[in-house]
Amino acid sequence: MASLAPTFGRGAMTNHWVDIKNADLVLIMGGNAAEAHPCGFKWVTEAKEKRQAKLIVVDPRYTRSAAVSDFYAPIRTGSDIAFLGGLINYLLSNDKIHHEYVKNYTDFSFLVKDEFKFENGIYSGYDPEKRKYDKSTWGYQMGKDGFVVTDPTLENPRCVYQMMKAHYSRYTPEVVSNICGTPKDAFLKICEMIAETSKPDKAMTIMYALGWTQHSQGSQIIRTGAMVQLLLGNIGVAGGGINALRGHSNIQGLTDLGLMTNLLPGYMTLPSEAEQDYKGYVEKRALKPLRPGQMSYWQNYGKFFVSNMKAWFGDAATQDNNFCYDWLPKLDKNYDILQVFENMNQGKVNGYICQGFNPLASAPCKVKISGSLAKLKYLVVIDPLATETSEFWQSHGVYNEVDPSKIQTEVFRLPSTCFAEEDGSLVSSSRVLQWHWKATEPPGEAKTDPEIMAGIFLKLKEMYKKDGGAFPDPILNLTWKHRQPNSPSPEELAKEFSGKALKDVTDPKDATKVLVKTGEQLNGFAELRDDGSTSCGCWIFAGSWSEKGNLMARRDNSDPFGIGQTLNWAYAWPANRRVLYNRASCDLNGKPYDARRKLIGWDAAAGKWTGSDIPDIKADSAPEEGISPFIMNPEGVARFFAIDKMAEGPFPEHYEPMESPLDNNPLHPNNPLARANPAARVFKDDWETFGKADKYPYVATTYRLTEHFHFWTKHSKLNAIMQPEQFVEIGEEMAKEKGIKAGDRVVVKSKRGFIVAVAVVTKRLKTLTVAGKKVHTVGIPIHWGFMGLAKNGYITNTLTPFVGDANTQTPEFKSFLVNVEKA
Amino acid sequence: MKRDPKDLIRYTAPERANHWVVGMAFILLALSGLAFFHPAFYPLSQFFGGGVWARILHPFIGVVMALSFVAMFFRFWKLNLITPADKEWLGRIGEMVNGDDHNMPAAGKYNGGQKLLFWLLVCCIALLAVSGLVIWRAYFSALFPIGMIRFASLMHAMVAAGMICLIIVHVYAAIWTRGTIRAMLYGTVSRAWAKQHHSAWFRQITGGGK
Amino acid sequence: MALQSLDIKARSATTTPSPSVRETLEVAKLIDISKCIGCKACQVACMEWNDLRDEIGTNVGVYDNPADLTAKSWTVMRFSEVEVEAGKLEWLIRKDGCMHCADPGCLKACPAPGAIIQYSNGIVDFHEEYCIGCGYCITGCPFNVPRISKTDNKAYKCTLCSDRVGVGLEPACVKTCPTGAITFGAKEDMIHRAEGRVADLKGRGYANAGLYDPQGVGGTHVMYVLQHADKPGLYSGLPKDPSISSMVCLWKGITKPLTSFAIGLVALGSLFHYITKGPNEVSNDIEKEFEE
Repeated sequence: MASLAPTFGRGAMTNHWVDIKNADLVLIMGGNAAEAHPCGFKWVTEAKEKRQAKLIVVDPRYTRSAAVSDFYAPIRTGSDIAFLGGLINYLLSNDKIHHEYVKNYTDFSFLVKDEFKFENGIYSGYDPEKRKYDKSTWGYQMGKDGFVVTDPTLENPRCVYQMMKAHYSRYTPEVVSNICGTPKDAFLKICEMIAETSKPDKAMTIMYALGWTQHSQGSQIIRTGAMVQLLLGNIGVAGGGINALRGHSNIQGLTDLGLMTNLLPGYMTLPSEAEQDYKGYVEKRALKPLRPGQMSYWQNYGKFFVSNMKAWFGDAATQDNNFCYDWLPKLDKNYDILQVFENMNQGKVNGYICQGFNPLASAPCKVKISGSLAKLKYLVVIDPLATETSEFWQSHGVYNEVDPSKIQTEVFRLPSTCFAEEDGSLVSSSRVLQWHWKATEPPGEAKTDPEIMAGIFLKLKEMYKKDGGAFPDPILNLTWKHRQPNSPSPEELAKEFSGKALKDVTDPKDATKVLVKTGEQLNGFAELRDDGSTSCGCWIFAGSWSEKGNLMARRDNSDPFGIGQTLNWAYAWPANRRVLYNRASCDLNGKPYDARRKLIGWDAAAGKWTGSDIPDIKADSAPEEGISPFIMNPEGVARFFAIDKMAEGPFPEHYEPMESPLDNNPLHPNNPLARANPAARVFKDDWETFGKADKYPYVATTYRLTEHFHFWTKHSKLNAIMQPEQFVEIGEEMAKEKGIKAGDRVVVKSKRGFIVAVAVVTKRLKTLTVAGKKVHTVGIPIHWGFMGLAKNGYITNTLTPFVGDANTQTPEFKSFLVNVEKA
Repeated sequence: MKRDPKDLIRYTAPERANHWVVGMAFILLALSGLAFFHPAFYPLSQFFGGGVWARILHPFIGVVMALSFVAMFFRFWKLNLITPADKEWLGRIGEMVNGDDHNMPAAGKYNGGQKLLFWLLVCCIALLAVSGLVIWRAYFSALFPIGMIRFASLMHAMVAAGMICLIIVHVYAAIWTRGTIRAMLYGTVSRAWAKQHHSAWFRQITGGGK
Repeated sequence: MALQSLDIKARSATTTPSPSVRETLEVAKLIDISKCIGCKACQVACMEWNDLRDEIGTNVGVYDNPADLTAKSWTVMRFSEVEVEAGKLEWLIRKDGCMHCADPGCLKACPAPGAIIQYSNGIVDFHEEYCIGCGYCITGCPFNVPRISKTDNKAYKCTLCSDRVGVGLEPACVKTCPTGAITFGAKEDMIHRAEGRVADLKGRGYANAGLYDPQGVGGTHVMYVLQHADKPGLYSGLPKDPSISSMVCLWKGITKPLTSFAIGLVALGSLFHYITKGPNEVSNDIEKEFEE
């Protein structure tokens, strides 16, 4: 998500599941939709059957998705930027781009600062000591009018188009093949197929998931994919888009509600240490338009923020105390999962509440996680299942060899309900908030998560009330107006997120016209105010529970336009729009590029945008007003040049994975700084836990299987029957070299530990030739552990390195080095 | 009980017991086997407690029959070696069936027909035992390829039917030839019977005297 | 799965007609292998609907699990990696299970009356309460489908969810299939649907795409759309021209009446021989000789 927002303005899947059926071409890369999202994958099969769409799969393994593809090409794990960069080069040098689209709806013509440079793999402003960039040169040339300087002729060498062309001209098919191991003819064939969709009436969708995310350069991989789609004019159109397939049923909801250390609900951000001043905090985020007449919707940041603080602190949040701004924590740095465990490992953490999270299995480098947990005073695990984390202190034979007598951590296990045992809403990949109802009563003592949290909160509040403390205010003043204080209902919480009027909300153009009366639920975020008259717990969810009722519970699947736009089914954020940036599906005059797949169009007679979707633009703004489709960006257009939004540079550049079979980056063989992601954060002690190709010659990648869901379903008998025992996949050529036969037990070792598993020997893992060297890939499914019904297995993340993406700190689970021997 | 001291001993008690073990096993096998063979005979399975019991018991009874037949084989095989006289006897079998035994060559303990039956039964039981093992689903079928199981099924059915026919002939011959059955019941035959039907054997054990 | 039925087309080991007044639509399940992603949802749905839980097994070096059909796994996915053209790998994933033949070898071989039923809609169903556990159905099946339970010694296989179909529902595997690779309906409609799929596959370069509805067994009520219909063996050994083995045909065909007749003939022949020729008694001469 930290890659789509810098490009388009919002960090979410642009289209939705059903819309995939409108595609002419589907590219699955960095994901395995058939395996990990089999139900959503039905829309690919629909597109194939009903539209004769083609499916391309690019993956290190010939996957279940590849099994039903029209064309498959192998790629070395972690080399996707090279592949996609080569694709950008192909599209630009063969002029296979949607000219009108890129000219009008992207930053093609924007001029970049003269000081901005890219030399030998490193952008201007790099500090090798801190492994960080000073991004001050990564920006536009600004005119005296306060707007970005552009060159509509696209001839200025400092315009984004020219700079991008130059940047990616290095990514020739030969270079791509050399880095990725993809045969050149396969690469070119894919380029040709994809280039076809640059036609205005052709659409390609990209489906990706953790295969792009979980790399030390994951965000940049995704951004490169997004750039390809922009060049082809495939963003904002039906059957197009770049679609982030979310794995957990509510992981989209997690980020939407800001459950990241640096986020507030609705993708607002927590202030940093330096931002002690409320006004400055809002001004920095309420971005003014960078081009004339643009919406720059974040200008309304103050309204979102104040409404959020009213939802949290109610009457205690007033204009006079800056709506309790001072009560918010100010970040010195991000406290992502890797950082937290690093702190824990250094003995800086006393207690840890682990809610719906199994870090011993899910976080990289098990030995570090286990050692860190052992340094806690207490650990609270809230989960429906007896997780490995809750048992980290107990010896489970070879699968968890620890000495309980040496671990002093006190562990509390609080059984919680699972999704089928509670009412509530889930947000799907499609950004659709869908209400669901309890199917059965929870077993035993299990309580819902809100109930557990309420219990903890109320106890804390009581203690603070009684004993005081350093800073009791936010706890004592937190709004807690629940009918059953110890068990907030899902309905109450949902209404709080959607928001209500605390005073009458009036029309800004006509103060006598009351839009929403005091106490009523809001209809949408347009009604939010920054004077404290509205309350909204998550501005992007505004309107999901209005006076019309719970719109998330709607189940009308009627599809009046026949392209899968079921606007009365549940509720999609923002504002029930199903395809983001859908204004871009029309030309400058508001006429759809493809009338057969019309999302919206300008209806001059009615004076508004109409169609199968909710317009992602001011509904009554005529095309002549010139509001561009990417309304969240102050530029109004999408960015090829990410300015200062990315940690490692405005244009994605190929860097090797932290553990790579190559000693250097083939693009910059003489610059060790540019070998792996120069901005990736590595903790001091972790450098020595990285292995080299001499001792760990095989490239490994971890992934999920259809038969299981993470570390949960091994507790379910049916899933355990379907895939009972841990295995690793090995290509035939490698198996032959090592004398390994299918069914043999093998030891897979990284510098951080080892696992033992059954070998599945397969034709589906091809040996690749990379930089003149043979590269074998080992595939390692993740699902086993020492709890549950399936056969006990080793925690796969025993092997994985403790390093994450430079922007999101998502661990690099997808490429690392191992050695393999027969057990 | 020996009422008439002049009677000749044809079978010893162990020989008779052996025969009847085989015979009873055969009857049980034929009844249960026919039940599986043709729907018309399925009700026969009721004698065994129903189809499932018939299926469970049949192969075990088959083992009993095969093993006891092996014992019988070693008792009698030498007596059943075919001689030129037997061949002539078999050549004239039509006359015999027609009820005219005037021209039949003198038979030893067994005539040519009995010997032929003996060897045919040896073949049948060997084939039944082997094919029966192959189609014994509960323990052995998994060890054999499906083609062999199918062949064995066909073989088992056909050979069993053949054997039933042979046994009918065997039983009928015993009934037809009066004074025979007692040989298998209490072991003796009359001297007249022996001279009439197995004159060579009669001469051999009596030395031709009365 | 025994339900009182009035639409029985054939019944094992039964020589008279069965209740058949009710006429039902001939149905078929169409499995489009080109749309199958091998997710095994059908395996799970089958176990859930039929309340089956197979053993938690082991990995034997392949994706297939359970590794074979069992009395509790009535359908399994069989994964096969093939290079039909040199260098072009394909992962052919076939959902294996009962094909519901129009001419079912299991029914032909079964000795237990009513243990195997063929309904007029084409479903071939085992009625396990009549099963005697002999395994003849396995011997008769050209597709190696039925399995005998180790616990109750009854033969089990896919019922095509005859209990669901009987009340107008689709089989559980069809209901659950996420990609629409399994469809269900009138056999005629399924053939029509298959034609469309085959045309689509031919358009994608599978020149030998086709429908698998083998006529050697009279056609089946589970059919496949194959990318390589000329080489069904690629799909984990799907037989090319399956039919009931000639051994089984002989065994359960002509052998039955012929040998029954022969046995009867020998028995009757013996009787009439006795009646016509009279007993073979000791001649009066010899009798007299010993009376003296």
